[in-house]
Amino acid sequence: MTSQCVTVRVQSEDFDQAVETALLTKGRTDIGAVATFSGLCRGEGETLTALELEHYPGMAESEIETVTNEAMKRWPIDGLTVIHRYGKILPGEQIVLVIATSKHRDAAFDGARYVMDFLKTNAPFWKKEHRADGDDSNWVDAREEDEQAKARWE
Amino acid sequence: MAGVDTKLVYFSWVRERVGKGEERIILPEEISTVMELLLWLKQRDESFAAALEFPEIIRVALDQEHAEHTDKIGTPREIAIFPPMTGG
Repeated sequence: MTSQCVTVRVQSEDFDQAVETALLTKGRTDIGAVATFSGLCRGEGETLTALELEHYPGMAESEIETVTNEAMKRWPIDGLTVIHRYGKILPGEQIVLVIATSKHRDAAFDGARYVMDFLKTNAPFWKKEHRADGDDSNWVDAREEDEQAKARWE
Repeated sequence: MAGVDTKLVYFSWVRERVGKGEERIILPEEISTVMELLLWLKQRDESFAAALEFPEIIRVALDQEHAEHTDKIGTPREIAIFPPMTGG
């Protein structure tokens, strides 16, 4: 079996890495590499009580799909799963998951990293901080490093 | 595109500063590019002046596709206006 499998989900619910990985690998004997990235909510030294993720429904999914399609063109990737959550997320909880599978590790590593780098700056999500001191007015600033990370692939 | 009825949607701190998530407007016919739209919106009232104080950093999507500030607007059904994205 050599079919390619791309899954993109934007959801408020949590996800299970093991379940998502099994969906890509179960019953297959041709996959030699699975690269998994998951992004978690940091507590920032207990100053943060939660992140609130806002998204643009429809465009969030389509922008991630654009990135996954490009990754599938650039590398021999067999399976690619991207899940991004929205809503209130507590420190330690999962925000985003990228799993790339391939015959060899380079395509899996590079594909997963490429998807994360472009997702960061192109997918319409915004993080708002809920702070321990009661201040919940601060939106997280975009980072110049994220633009540079994307530029690496151009 | 004279007098085209268009839906505008706002996100994140742009939404908070303009005080609404969406509205319908008639785009003035003299507006041609994305930046011209931002500058026109900015002078509508104090809320928009605050939201679009630095129009050069504001991102715009036309029918859910990213647009450059120099792009012609055309006749989209939906225009989204938002800050740089911070997902992932």
